[in-house]
Amino acid sequence: MTDLAVGTELPPLEIEPISRRTLALFAGASGDHQPVHIDIDAAKARGRDDVFAHGMLSLAYLGRLLTNWVPQERIRSYRARFVAITPVHGKPTCTGRVTAIEAGMATVELTVTLADGTTTVRGEAVVDIRKEQL
Amino acid sequence: MYIDRDKALRLEIAPITMDIERGRLRFFAETIGLTDPIYSDVDAAKAAGHRDLPVPPTFLGNSLELEQPEPLSWLAALGVDLQSTTHGEQSFVYHTMAYAGDRLTFHRRIVDVYLKKNGALEFVVKRTDITRDDGEPVAEVLCAIGVKHPEVVA
Repeated sequence: MTDLAVGTELPPLEIEPISRRTLALFAGASGDHQPVHIDIDAAKARGRDDVFAHGMLSLAYLGRLLTNWVPQERIRSYRARFVAITPVHGKPTCTGRVTAIEAGMATVELTVTLADGTTTVRGEAVVDIRKEQL
Repeated sequence: MYIDRDKALRLEIAPITMDIERGRLRFFAETIGLTDPIYSDVDAAKAAGHRDLPVPPTFLGNSLELEQPEPLSWLAALGVDLQSTTHGEQSFVYHTMAYAGDRLTFHRRIVDVYLKKNGALEFVVKRTDITRDDGEPVAEVLCAIGVKHPEVVA
């Protein structure tokens, strides 16, 4: 954290391909039981070929990118836009880059990208980097 | 049919109160691969200066509300076809850390409704203010739900 500057990249977080098991467990763990994420019949009824991952699962992975980097209490805000769905078996990679530092707060641009290059989430977090807080 | 914006902004949504449990947080941490022991081992959490297992950053997002009975009834009350929705955006502003053992209340209201893509996509923005039972504000959470209007050609 001492060498932090605009342009600093967070260590990327590579996630294993998302299995149906993970989607089932995440439904229970998160509280989002919507069938389109866990029941292929329901997904097909909505015109999808298959189930797809909860957006909040990708956000949870991005949260891990942040808490791997700083203690959680330093995260002041976090926002994200879902720009594409993550199909089952998708392999997300989370990345972050510092885009601004002002008054002891670093703004970090966040993305989740799949192995085929599709960006699924774009976000931003503001993290407290003041030394006296360390 | 589009949402009546004025009606949406006035809509009263019942608050939800939830007890945050250690077992549930461990299950969440394990599922998302959050292996730092502070999220599963109370002794490790306390050694790191926490009063119990911390609630991970996204746990208080939209998902938790969805396990309530008829979770999207507020959206249905605005005439939205629940088969036509997508999760568009999600944001958090954190005021203080929440921990296992906390009793949290989710105060919800709609703060915006707007159109995108020449009216083919409508967004409803729900704001949830989360407070601890001693009144301490924990977080403000915004969730934008997209409502598709396939009858409109973008």
